[in-house]
Amino acid sequence: MIWLSVDTSGALPMRVDLVWENIDLFVEGVWLTVQLTGLALIIGFCIALPFGIARARNVRYLSPAIRTYVYAFRGTPLLIQLFLIYYGLGQFEAVRDSIFWAYLRSPWWCALLAFSLNSGAYATEIIRGAVATTPKGQIEAAMALGLRKWQVYALVVIPSALRRALPQYGNEVVFMLHGSSIASIITIQDILGAGRTLNARYYLAYEGFLTAAILYMAITLACVLAFRGLERHYLRHLAPR
Amino acid sequence: MKKLMLAAVASLTATAAVAQDLEICVEGAYPPFSETTAAGEVVGFDIDIANALCNEMGMSCEMVKTDWDGIIPALLEDKCDAIIASMSITEERRQVIDFSEKYYQTPAVFVAADGAYADSAAETLSGAVVGVQRGTIHQDFMEGEYPDVELRLYGTQDEAYLDLTAGRVDVLMADSEAMASGFLATEAGEGYSMFGEAFAIPEYHGDGAGIGVRQEDTELRDDFSAAITAIRASGEYDAIAANYFDYNIYGSD
Repeated sequence: MIWLSVDTSGALPMRVDLVWENIDLFVEGVWLTVQLTGLALIIGFCIALPFGIARARNVRYLSPAIRTYVYAFRGTPLLIQLFLIYYGLGQFEAVRDSIFWAYLRSPWWCALLAFSLNSGAYATEIIRGAVATTPKGQIEAAMALGLRKWQVYALVVIPSALRRALPQYGNEVVFMLHGSSIASIITIQDILGAGRTLNARYYLAYEGFLTAAILYMAITLACVLAFRGLERHYLRHLAPR
Repeated sequence: MKKLMLAAVASLTATAAVAQDLEICVEGAYPPFSETTAAGEVVGFDIDIANALCNEMGMSCEMVKTDWDGIIPALLEDKCDAIIASMSITEERRQVIDFSEKYYQTPAVFVAADGAYADSAAETLSGAVVGVQRGTIHQDFMEGEYPDVELRLYGTQDEAYLDLTAGRVDVLMADSEAMASGFLATEAGEGYSMFGEAFAIPEYHGDGAGIGVRQEDTELRDDFSAAITAIRASGEYDAIAANYFDYNIYGSD
């Protein structure tokens, strides 16, 4: 691509040299984005597995409480959740005096908290749906083998549900990755933060944001390919012959 | 154009009837540097400095109130001979007009909780969490001169104020006027103050505000520069500045 040349003497549309000069910003940005997204997904999944099963089984008292949590976090934009946790909580003296302030003081922990709770809410619904739609025949077969109730869940329902949840969960991973870009508004220098710095410093909107977009696309592609591999492996029994 | 006679400085009142030596374009909508009173008079730091400079040069001056958008054209069309209107010296403007040496430069300052830091030395601030607005000269300054601080980048200055009061950052670095009027003068700014040095380093902070003259008037330009040096040496500059600012408005020498 000749127009991506680093020669800037003429009226070339891209200042790739300035992107290159600040490449360490983007490298750190990728690391922060991957780290935040990855940890949030892991924590979110740990929340979602028990919550999703509880919801599918309609456990008394617990199920309505979980439903409220899911509604609250799916019903509001992630941006507002992050603002409320970061700027909102910080305004209360009681919060600032509490032991939690050591963590809430840090933008990184605030982002991780918001992202984890958000991802947890979405994943809860995914798992609830997958558990609830477990084919009756699988459960009957497991019981006919003489498995106890917890064994039915641990050995049949959960593995089966997680397999079927894979495509939807792959979506959630990509969604969380892109959602994490709002971390840059609370001073975290993630991928978008690097792009915004380039924009603010040199008034180079195109260069900074296009580089950020390409990096997000690359990570998304990696996630998509990884999930395609997982699906091919775990959903082999559903593939058309 | 609405012209406005201001009372001539005291030493000139006796012979005020003579023709004016210089007409000076001022602006009138940039407090506290220049603002228009209810009576239509233009007052402020710029005007006081203009009068002091005219006095120093032994000239009588008339202030011509001019809209900001038309202030460079007014100079070029001989409607006035100089611009004293907090105009920052920039390369773009230098292509059309010429500038005296700076007569002030709102410096960049540190703000923190009262008494938190004794001075602004790099060792004192080592390890502190410092907030700046993303992509500003202040970010460049901090990265260049204070490599040992933890820098937080904000989209707006207001978000930085919020995090200072919440205790997430220890120190802010920004323009002195922005901090003085935008934060320290407000309720939220109680208990916080500027500390340490006031920075105005051309490499980071530009060249400050100068007096604009036509490019051919090199003699007038040099006279203004000399007069600025003179009133700073005589203490008159500081006396005027003290009426408006409680910090060093001239910036670094």
